Amino acid sequence: MVKVAIWGSLRGFTEGRAEIEVEAATTKEMLDKLVEAYPGLRPQVERGVSVAIDGFVYKDAWFTPIRPDSEVVLMPLMVGG
Amino acid sequence: MALDKQTTAKREFKVVGTRPLRPDGVDKVTGKALYGADLTAPGMLVGKILRSPHPHARIRSIDTSAAEAAPGVKAVITHADFTLPDDEDMRDILVNCMAFNKALYDGHAVAAVAAISEAAAKAALKLIKVDYEVLPHVTDVDEAMKPDAPVIERGRQAETVGEGFSENVTSYCEFGHGDIEAGFTRADHVIERSFKTEATHQGYIEPHACLATFTTDGKADLWCCTQGQYMVRRVCSAIMDMEASQLRVTPSEIGGGFGGKTTVFIEPVALMLAKKSGRPVKIVMSRSDVLRASGPTCSSSMDVRIGMTKDGRITAGHAKLRYQGGAFPCGTVEMGAMAAFAAYDLEAVRTQGWNAMTNRPKQAAYRAPGAPMAIYAVESVVDELCQHLGLDPLDVRLKNAAKAGTKASYGVTFTDIGLSACLAAAKAHPHYAAPLGPGQGRGVSCGFWFNFGGDTCVTLNVNMDGTVSVTEGNPDIGGSRASIGMMAAEELGVPFDKVRTQVVDTASLGYNEVTDGSRVTFAVGLATIKAAQAAKAEMCRRAAMIWGIDAEAVTWEDGCAKPSGPNAGDFPPMTLAEIAAVSSQTGGPIAGHHEVNADGAGVSFGVHLVDVEVDPETGATKVLRYTVFQDAGKAVHPDYVEGQMQGGAVQGIGWALNEEYIYGEDGRLQNAGFLDYRVPVASDLPMIDTVILEIPNPGHPYGVRGVGETSIVPPLAAIANAVSRAAGVRLTELPMSPPRILAALDAARPKAAAE
Repeated sequence: MVKVAIWGSLRGFTEGRAEIEVEAATTKEMLDKLVEAYPGLRPQVERGVSVAIDGFVYKDAWFTPIRPDSEVVLMPLMVGG
Repeated sequence: MALDKQTTAKREFKVVGTRPLRPDGVDKVTGKALYGADLTAPGMLVGKILRSPHPHARIRSIDTSAAEAAPGVKAVITHADFTLPDDEDMRDILVNCMAFNKALYDGHAVAAVAAISEAAAKAALKLIKVDYEVLPHVTDVDEAMKPDAPVIERGRQAETVGEGFSENVTSYCEFGHGDIEAGFTRADHVIERSFKTEATHQGYIEPHACLATFTTDGKADLWCCTQGQYMVRRVCSAIMDMEASQLRVTPSEIGGGFGGKTTVFIEPVALMLAKKSGRPVKIVMSRSDVLRASGPTCSSSMDVRIGMTKDGRITAGHAKLRYQGGAFPCGTVEMGAMAAFAAYDLEAVRTQGWNAMTNRPKQAAYRAPGAPMAIYAVESVVDELCQHLGLDPLDVRLKNAAKAGTKASYGVTFTDIGLSACLAAAKAHPHYAAPLGPGQGRGVSCGFWFNFGGDTCVTLNVNMDGTVSVTEGNPDIGGSRASIGMMAAEELGVPFDKVRTQVVDTASLGYNEVTDGSRVTFAVGLATIKAAQAAKAEMCRRAAMIWGIDAEAVTWEDGCAKPSGPNAGDFPPMTLAEIAAVSSQTGGPIAGHHEVNADGAGVSFGVHLVDVEVDPETGATKVLRYTVFQDAGKAVHPDYVEGQMQGGAVQGIGWALNEEYIYGEDGRLQNAGFLDYRVPVASDLPMIDTVILEIPNPGHPYGVRGVGETSIVPPLAAIANAVSRAAGVRLTELPMSPPRILAALDAARPKAAAE
């Protein structure tokens, strides 16, 4: 199981939970399980999210491995200039 | 890709860290470099765009018949020539390039003409009759959020937005942790202030320009100035409903981008005109069009509340950010909300952000989009707390600085970061101890940016004469051809002048993300190093064949293949040139490739220190001294790194003091030219001093971090803090133009007199 931190404005769709536990070994699995458990997250996930794992931000990298003790943070999709 | 953790051992560099001459320098100073507007084609037509004079109007009809019949006119197009794509983002880009049912801002394109000359095209534009129903408009973010505001477009509100807002509010975000009210209770002093910042433009010198051709069998070529030829191909092929492989996009030399060329404004229009006319079509935007109808940054309205103990510990921080990004949904406020308190190690922090649509042009990225304004507001309140409590602003920042292990306000725990090192360097710098004269003030601010990696594809060819050609797919807006070539030279062990790096068209490499997010030196550099490693492995294999030993028994050292030890055999080293010279005889050309979705960019911090003098009679501010401290991870070409640090500081100075989009009551832009939209020039500024710190990024083989964006983040607050200290009154609105400073001084005078 990995713990995924959810940013504040999405907590309305996770029954107020700031952290959700899902069974996942990769970012794709993690996102699929999140949406399965909390369908209200689907619009945001479909608009795009980044995932920070142990301090580094990953964008659209489905098969990035996640260890059970990794810090996993859901973030809005990053854009830069 | 899994994170590349190669930066464990301290490495001695031979090429990286030196300052070779820039490879694009001679072409640029002799006028040989080919920019977007320099390209021509036989039979080329001139494309011109008709733009709305109204900030908000329904388009009842467009009559193009007279224009079509005008002499020299070969094609006229409107929205009727396009089909709206299914994808929402693509739809917004197209509607921004060509208005459909409504003109959404002053300058919004409504029709376009291709004609045999500029005069014929201009004359034809005047013959197009657009029947507008003028609608109420709104350009201010706070006004746009009110429930009774004119609505730009219905149905764009995300599920996250609560009740009580106008439909213009498209999204809401919230970040943070801890109990902020308990944090404020622990504070000895709490300050809450409201701030506003105006929209600014990236101010690139080169206006957008492109040349499009379309063949009768449906293939197209597009030359344009852009930060991302692959993005242009993806967007334009979707809009033109053609396969990506049928559209080749070639980037020109680029005269500045800063994020403003990460989308398209004229390219789909040129392609459609070329398709309809059967002739090549060139469009070059005027400066006025660039300011009215390309992509400035968001304007903002913000409330920030921070609590601090007497000894300078921040107990809680809360920011409410309201951004407008023009007439379409915009996610920039999310970046601002995540970045606002990133420099601080806080137990209790909360940021909230709302985006509102207005009748302004569609926002485009501008260096660290969203961060400068949010951090300006936070750093202003921190500075005011330091003043109130009589504390040194650098000491307070050092006491509260984020470091490895800090849980950032946006949820991530930082790894190795260089903020404390930057603050300590600023504290120790002679600038910080230099005396100030009357009417002068010193300002400090931290800055932060996330930095990205992303899709990257590089090919490195070893030529038979012993030179090396690197092909990459990211337009060079900050010196990347030099830094990429240097990393290839470093890895191969050859001199830098043996490597030439070129930016190629979309047919030559796989997809590369745009040049943005401070990603290129990091991600393209990483891919180049990997491609060089692949080429080295192949050269070792070729040497092994020549020597008749196992490939595993050959290593690469100092630009040569060598037997790995005495047991491997006694052979003299073969240089890259010697191996390349016989490459045909040993199996064919030698190349290395690398394709990756690069991750591990590593965040970047900086600290700016500035002295200003405010003239109380005129309200004018003079920047006296400016020093930038920034963590570059590893500075590949320090000249370019310093250039990025200086350039960001100067753009931030402009944002702080002069630059602003001024809309009149009529909703029209009042200052669409560089005379009235005033960017700082060399004569306005002192030399910007720089101090590069190098805290290696563990996500890059050489420790590189992006440096292009962080430098624009601190200047807004650094200047505001300096001006506020010099003027003796806290300024809370940008730009701090002379009239605003005079108004603040006037407002403070009776109060001071009364006290």
